[in-house]
Amino acid sequence: MIEVLYFAWVRERIGAPRERIETEAATVMGLIEDLRARDERYAWAFADMTSLRVAVDQELAGFDAPLAGVREIAFFPPMTGG
Amino acid sequence: MRVIVQAEPFDLGALSNAFAEGAGGAGAVVTFTGLVRDNGGALSAMEIEHYPGMTEKAITAMVDEARARWALLDALVVHRYGRLAGGEAIMMVATAARHRAEAFAAAEFLMDYLKSRAPFWKKELTSDGAEWVAAREVDEAALKRW
Repeated sequence: MIEVLYFAWVRERIGAPRERIETEAATVMGLIEDLRARDERYAWAFADMTSLRVAVDQELAGFDAPLAGVREIAFFPPMTGG
Repeated sequence: MRVIVQAEPFDLGALSNAFAEGAGGAGAVVTFTGLVRDNGGALSAMEIEHYPGMTEKAITAMVDEARARWALLDALVVHRYGRLAGGEAIMMVATAARHRAEAFAAAEFLMDYLKSRAPFWKKELTSDGAEWVAAREVDEAALKRW
């Protein structure tokens, strides 16, 4: 089981801040493909990959990052701190 | 070195004074404060969301990187989240060094990284509705100079 978190408009499109997901996917991209296939909320949230960022166990990562041993994944738009 | 992430307003004067007094051996203290732009009164509020846990880790890593690059005697980052009104202070950075060049450079470095690599997201609330603030190309490009 992986804890999956959503922030900002990704959270709004999916309609939840977090959920626990059982996945067979090997990479972040594989997880995204699983989620997109679930329903249109996910397809909408993950429509434009250029405007998405991912953190794996609270570190920024690429979409090709492996999921083995990972506890927490977060999806969000580019950050706007400062 | 301190990283503070909080919803409450902070006392810029008190924090700046305490920081300068605690920076033993420093010849230069640089502080930067970011405020909520009210866009000529159009903004009713700004909501800042963040990623508890990652936020503190990411900022601490930025401060560690700044310390590795410049001879800093101390550094402080304060960043707020939650609902803020126009004109309120969102965040501050303070750096202390023996000479001003290091203090200015480290403060700019921290600001550039906070903009694009600290997990905060701003939403502007106006009479027309609410809109997420888009990340700017110029902020991402600013990281390349480091």
